[in-house]
Amino acid sequence: MPVDLATVRRIARLAHIAISDAEAPALQGELNAILTFVEALEAVDVTGVEPMTSVTPMKLPMREDVVTDGEIEPQVLANAPLAEDGFFVVPKVVE
Amino acid sequence: MEIELSDLTALTLAEARDGLKAKRFSSRELTETHLQAMARAKGLNAYIVETPEQALAMAKASDAKLAAGDAGPLEGLPIGVKDLYATKGVHTQACSHILNGFTPTYESTVTAHLWRDGAVMLGKLNMDEFAMGSSNETSYYGPVASPWLPPNWSGEKARAALSGDKRGLLAPGGSSGGSAAAVAARLCLAATASDTGGSIRQPAAFTGVAGIKPTYGRCSRWGMVAFASSLDQAGPLARTARDCAIMLGSMAGHDPKDSTCVDRPVPNYEAAIGASIKGLTIGIPREYRLDGMNPEIEALWRRGADWLRAAGAKVVDVSLPNTRHALPAYYIVAPAEASSNLARYDGVRYGLREQGADILELYENTRAKGFGAEVRRRLMIGTYVLSAGYYDAYYVRAQKIRTLIKRDFETAFADGVDAILTPATPSPAFGIGEKGSADPVEMYLNDVFTVTVNMAGLPGLVAAAGKSADGLPLGLQLIGRPFDEETLFSLGHAIEEAAGRAPFPEPWWG
Repeated sequence: MPVDLATVRRIARLAHIAISDAEAPALQGELNAILTFVEALEAVDVTGVEPMTSVTPMKLPMREDVVTDGEIEPQVLANAPLAEDGFFVVPKVVE
Repeated sequence: MEIELSDLTALTLAEARDGLKAKRFSSRELTETHLQAMARAKGLNAYIVETPEQALAMAKASDAKLAAGDAGPLEGLPIGVKDLYATKGVHTQACSHILNGFTPTYESTVTAHLWRDGAVMLGKLNMDEFAMGSSNETSYYGPVASPWLPPNWSGEKARAALSGDKRGLLAPGGSSGGSAAAVAARLCLAATASDTGGSIRQPAAFTGVAGIKPTYGRCSRWGMVAFASSLDQAGPLARTARDCAIMLGSMAGHDPKDSTCVDRPVPNYEAAIGASIKGLTIGIPREYRLDGMNPEIEALWRRGADWLRAAGAKVVDVSLPNTRHALPAYYIVAPAEASSNLARYDGVRYGLREQGADILELYENTRAKGFGAEVRRRLMIGTYVLSAGYYDAYYVRAQKIRTLIKRDFETAFADGVDAILTPATPSPAFGIGEKGSADPVEMYLNDVFTVTVNMAGLPGLVAAAGKSADGLPLGLQLIGRPFDEETLFSLGHAIEEAAGRAPFPEPWWG
């Protein structure tokens, strides 16, 4: 089913992507082109079919519950756009 | 055999390896020749970062090992690395602006395996942003020009386009467009690539090289920038099936850091090259014969079946009834997984940051500025199909269809088929700027023959199989049983032998 402009804005909010009023109609057209393309799947009979959850049948490997990594603060912060005193810096989130 | 240094880029990976072992030339000479070829080919835009100092240091170390008789399987062989692979201390941005400035403090498992075995890194290769694209046009660093000239173009006309916006020149395919162009233009002996819906195999077909997407789990995904985790798989692009076998032998292998990476021995893939294909059963899936199919592609497909029959294989018709659902289901599953994976790009921990009045605005502004149009589109589709009220109708349904697609292949293999032969692409390479500007689905249709393989987690190999009437490369795809890459290498080599080794384009670019 096609999406309207309000839905396009809502999806953008959920995806944390700012869109301008000017961009919204073009995005709406593109998203609807994709949604029309996938519409054919509605007709497929999937009664009793399990959704795929593992591409290769395998058991999830387990390991000892011990620390295997860490103490690499400088590496963790090396690519931060803004860091101070060993912390990532963000705008104020608590008043 | 006397070898001119200028000829060193024309060697296959296997020939270069043998030449190094026989001491006919050094890794330094081999590496320098490639660096010179890269310097002349900057206009193609295949490499976005060149690492000559690192390359020469690695070549020097390899020459010492070769002299000491301590050479690894790839010792001294210069290769290119797709920008998707984390390389310690070297630009790694999946050709996205949102990873602006990102330089990993670690190495991906696959590239670590390659360096362990002696390979030499020439630089990082261009690609579609986050591997989302089929023409390399979504890269933040601009499109890559294929080294193949468009039909009836002169070198002069092509050079003029190269210094402009490249429109009209041929796209090398995508997303591994830089890797494919670099291999075909002889700017490296082989390259790493990755394949989520066809990103190794479609560029291989467009540029006349070989490529393999191995079985899901064969290579570690650790240190590869994630797109769709249940579909992504590492693989090589190289000039021949043999060269791909050599590369995969080093790239594959168990890694505890990727829980989906299998713990099973890596076979000697190169030993499968030249093995007899007599008695193998090859399936021809009737559902791949599309309405309005390009007659040249159809003829190539038939010729491929004839070649394999002539080499002793048995060719049978098979049915994969859910084939037509694969591409639409992919465009639900892949964007859904991408929207989850790419949620990490927030402007806080690494990469680009655009200021905002509060944290939410910072996220929204960063992601609006950092992601290109195609990535934004897919993230929004993915967010939509995972959102409350739509999850079952879209995502769960698509995962069920995936089960059906996989079941089709399992049935064919259980009926005694050893491998499946299909076209690689619906057409030869198209021009830069030619497709998908009005309707994104037009570009998506490029992956119609390749995407089923990712959905089912199977191995798929594309081998160069001839030329179109216009002189453009065409490829054929072979699909195998899980973890039976060896059969694909044997069959791919048989196709290359039958098609004949065609020369790569002369360097009109400089």
